[in-house]
Amino acid sequence: MIEIENVHKSFGNLEVLKGIDLTVQKGEVVSVIGGSGSGKSTLLTCINSLEKIDSGRILVDGTEVHAKSTDLNKLRRKIGIVFQQFNAFPHLTVLENVTLAPRKVKGMARQEAEEIAVRQLTHVGLGDKLGVYPGRLSGGQQQRMAIARALAMSPEYMLFDEVTSALDPQLVGEVLDTLKMLANEGMTMICVTHEMGFARDVSNRVAFFHKGVMAEIGPPEQIFGAAQHPETQKFLSSVR
Amino acid sequence: MFDYTFQWRQALRALPQMLDGALVTLQIAVLSMLIGVTCAVLLAVARNASSAWLRAPATAWVEVARNTPALFQIYMAHFGLGSFGIHLSPYVALLAGISFNNAGYLSETFRGALRAIPATQVRAGRSLGMGQAQAFRLIVLPQMFRIAFLPTTNQMVWAILMTSLGVTVGMNTDLAGVTQDLNARSFRTFEFFAIAAVLYYIIAKVVMLGARLLAWRLFRY
Repeated sequence: MIEIENVHKSFGNLEVLKGIDLTVQKGEVVSVIGGSGSGKSTLLTCINSLEKIDSGRILVDGTEVHAKSTDLNKLRRKIGIVFQQFNAFPHLTVLENVTLAPRKVKGMARQEAEEIAVRQLTHVGLGDKLGVYPGRLSGGQQQRMAIARALAMSPEYMLFDEVTSALDPQLVGEVLDTLKMLANEGMTMICVTHEMGFARDVSNRVAFFHKGVMAEIGPPEQIFGAAQHPETQKFLSSVR
Repeated sequence: MFDYTFQWRQALRALPQMLDGALVTLQIAVLSMLIGVTCAVLLAVARNASSAWLRAPATAWVEVARNTPALFQIYMAHFGLGSFGIHLSPYVALLAGISFNNAGYLSETFRGALRAIPATQVRAGRSLGMGQAQAFRLIVLPQMFRIAFLPTTNQMVWAILMTSLGVTVGMNTDLAGVTQDLNARSFRTFEFFAIAAVLYYIIAKVVMLGARLLAWRLFRY
């Protein structure tokens, strides 16, 4: 379970998170929508402490993420994150990209790591690209590789930060299909996304962020069918 | 109009000696590069550090190494340190001087290469549970060496040629030193130094070829 309690975060004078409260249960898929600069991506990077928070607290399975005593490297193993920019490691083949962390972070033997990697890569449809360098892959393939790379650490939670935003429109579908597959398998996911169709079809709940505040949260039918907050209505009518 | 008689036979008889010298030259150049690259990585990291205690000495090193003659640096290693009771042999002084110089130049090359690697690469590594140092070693360093590879090979050639400055501190086993000794005994200056020049040229070419092969083998992406 991920518990976010009254989290505040500023960059200089700009307060990007103004007291966020959100609890995500195991097996739940929560989509976060909202305009750019609304703080949604920042929240994700705060959950695995790539960004520090100013006040409030975030608990992952009861462990306080931003406590000094928390072993972040250990905690991050169970929180996979995939970014808008795929961040493939260009000097490693697809297989090496995926085996790197299991081997070097978890200390897994090469063979075992490769078995897991091949399984995850096949899972996301890249089983035939093992020896290829990321530079030769399309954006969609690189993004699916990044998903496999995160999954190879056997995370219990997956955070997706606008993972289709940097893709050509015709490549968006393949990545969304991968996310849907994960959701169907019961993965706990928080997806910051601009894909409203995806948010509606896959999420258990949808949260709308506006200027650093979670203005509204509810089941997709409510958000997309009968939004309460005027800003939600305004946002949705502008993206439709 | 000019009455100098070339005596190549005498010079060529000394070729085995000169080849031995060439090996010493190559050895010093390679060692100075290994030391230089190692120090340069540390300097590049220190120059980007937030602590002034790390930045200041690193900056001083780079400034001196890049803005004073290599000859001065080798002199300092030999005679300068000698004044403080630290006596380095010509071989060690030459190696230290060139390594110091290599490190200064290479650190700037590496620093530029580090800037070319997006910070998101480290972020991705950290998000997979890697520590800062681990992410640097596994993700940043390999990419840095690729970006910096060609300028680094230039420095390698420069290091080979700089070894000839060793004669000024009494180095007599490297190619320049051996050649100088042969010249002093025979006064066949042109012949000996012409052969030495050809040998320097060949060493540099062989090293560049080796570097190309290494790049071809290492950087498949």
